Amino acid sequence: MHLRTFIKDSADLFRISAAGACPMIYKVISKTEFRKFIDALVKHNTAYGPRQVDTGSGGKPIYQFRPVTSADEIDFDYTVTHSSAKHFFLPFRDELSRFSFEDGNWEQEVRYEAPPLILIGLRPCDISAINMLDEVMLHGPYPSPYYLARRKNTFIIGMDHLPLPDCFCKSMNRHTVNHGFNLFCSDIGDKYYLSINSSKAYSFLKEFMLEEPSYEDNCLLIERRKMIKHSFETNIEVTGLPVFLDIEFDSPIWQKWGDKCLSCGSCAMVCPTCYCYSVEERFDIDLKGSSRQNHLYSCNLVDFAQVAGGHNFRPRNGDRLKYRYYHHYRGFAANDNQQICVGCNRCGRACLADINPKDVINDLRLERESCMICVSPSPDRT
Amino acid sequence: MHDMRFTLPGQDLNREPFAMKSPDFQKKCEVMITDRGYKCRITNTVSISSQEKLFLLRIVDPVERQLFNFRPGQFLMLEVPGYGEAPISISSDNSNHEFIELCIRKAGHVTSAMFEARQGAIVSIRGPFGTAFPMEAMEGSNVLLVAGGLGIAPVRAPLYWISNHRDKYKNVYLLYGAKEPSQLLFSYQFEEWQKVSNVQLMTIVEKPDESWKGRTGLITSLFGEFSFDSKKTFAIVCGPPIMFQFVCNYLDGKGIPMNRMFVSLERRMHCGMGKCCRCMVGSTFTCLDGPVFDYWSVMNLKEAI
Repeated sequence: MHLRTFIKDSADLFRISAAGACPMIYKVISKTEFRKFIDALVKHNTAYGPRQVDTGSGGKPIYQFRPVTSADEIDFDYTVTHSSAKHFFLPFRDELSRFSFEDGNWEQEVRYEAPPLILIGLRPCDISAINMLDEVMLHGPYPSPYYLARRKNTFIIGMDHLPLPDCFCKSMNRHTVNHGFNLFCSDIGDKYYLSINSSKAYSFLKEFMLEEPSYEDNCLLIERRKMIKHSFETNIEVTGLPVFLDIEFDSPIWQKWGDKCLSCGSCAMVCPTCYCYSVEERFDIDLKGSSRQNHLYSCNLVDFAQVAGGHNFRPRNGDRLKYRYYHHYRGFAANDNQQICVGCNRCGRACLADINPKDVINDLRLERESCMICVSPSPDRT
Repeated sequence: MHDMRFTLPGQDLNREPFAMKSPDFQKKCEVMITDRGYKCRITNTVSISSQEKLFLLRIVDPVERQLFNFRPGQFLMLEVPGYGEAPISISSDNSNHEFIELCIRKAGHVTSAMFEARQGAIVSIRGPFGTAFPMEAMEGSNVLLVAGGLGIAPVRAPLYWISNHRDKYKNVYLLYGAKEPSQLLFSYQFEEWQKVSNVQLMTIVEKPDESWKGRTGLITSLFGEFSFDSKKTFAIVCGPPIMFQFVCNYLDGKGIPMNRMFVSLERRMHCGMGKCCRCMVGSTFTCLDGPVFDYWSVMNLKEAI
């Protein structure tokens, strides 16, 4: 009935998400040697890496993933990109199929091809977000071949970083990642500690001067991990949040924040895990064909839940804002009770009305001030 | 030195077989390829009211025609190439592979394009998608079909099923309500349903005109006219959301268990495959877990009705 059987026949395409079970190789590489490796890699391939594109308010640099052709163009010490890396897998506009008309008849063409791509410098939360998208796009009853082709043809090099003051990845337990990448680099002073997670990455890397990690290197890595863990300044209490959200479904808090919301959809555009889309068709300019395209949509836009005849199931700003929070924190059928928010706070930075998840969730929790169990935080995750 | 040995031309990334091969769409396979539609010819259109038309579609390819199997209650994605896609519930007999009947109201972009399509035009369908009414589970019981307005379209499929297996079901009631007498669809089939399918049909309208001689009022007032054994009755309810509440609450009061009442929800699906989230109700996809829900699940879904 569905696509999964079909895909299984063509190749073992589902291996990517089982990568967590693969053995990982740990090596150490000096930073100069690593630059040589990146240089060789990007020279002959389409590669995207973090580059400064603008300067924001307060003189802070704004980074984006942009095409790179040499290691010198990449800002390895960037903080975080404004948009997420999801657009490499879910482009804003994507052609699903193409029709060509002829003599009162038409032919449909469906193409799943994707060019090979290298992504450099993804943060652990970005990689976690892609793992989450894998869950949604590939593990349902109808796996998406468009996504699969892109995912299989992308080589991901991850890098860890010290969190920004408003990141809350640790609260979502997404500040570390152990699968979903080909190569992961941890900065330990003048060297990178490499976690090699694919044979392809290893076969490229073994041409370079790799060292076995020494005792000091291991200590430095653990030190680095600890430092990252302890430098999170923003924390959100998410324990028991799904049940809490169910209880607070009719809370006036939603309308309060909904009144601020401009329904512009900026949050969904920069979110690394927002994947809702809309499908539309348009004629070619020569009227000899048409294409069916999907484009990313946001549940905050007014007509998201509108049906034929004009009835809107979520007419108010507050309803739509609530829905987005439910989708992200209540979890949903596809990944049972798993919260798809990774805690990067991109939505908070992009929001024009200054709404961010930390404030909304804290507000919800504090509304029940009388109930001390809801307000007092649970012990730290270890 | 290492740079000299290390060459990484563009095709190197393709060396491993991870460049996905485009599937062979010409091959007729058992599994449905969900991104490609079946070509359908519009063989006939019937105007059944001022707003609704019944379309008879025939899948062009004979092999695909046999492969297209659906169950009562499921829907398909109808695509008018160039205009777009819309989810439409199937209202035909599922044992008849020759024709697919779709009852469509002119409401939006795609359906308007469909209304302009002439006989012989070719459209595309994907599907079937979604859950179906559990017709086997209802065997040996009474069946209560409640339809309001255009809700008769999804009810027609289980009605055909029941007429094909009439001896397996006990009493079958069809309660059908509409705003005006002219909006009672499929009135030409009323006699067939009553006499051939042995269905007890009751119709009611809200706003009668001069020619109307039947009952007047809301659909719930029909329940007073007959009695049924609530322990051995299944209900299928289709119609506007406000009708669900009244009918299901009434039937709940009569003693029909909530998991024996089935409703069909309406949302605007864009993919039909649980990806686009346009049809999500709470944490449930109407396209995967629905459109047919038992009333118990719908009650627990927030924003469902």
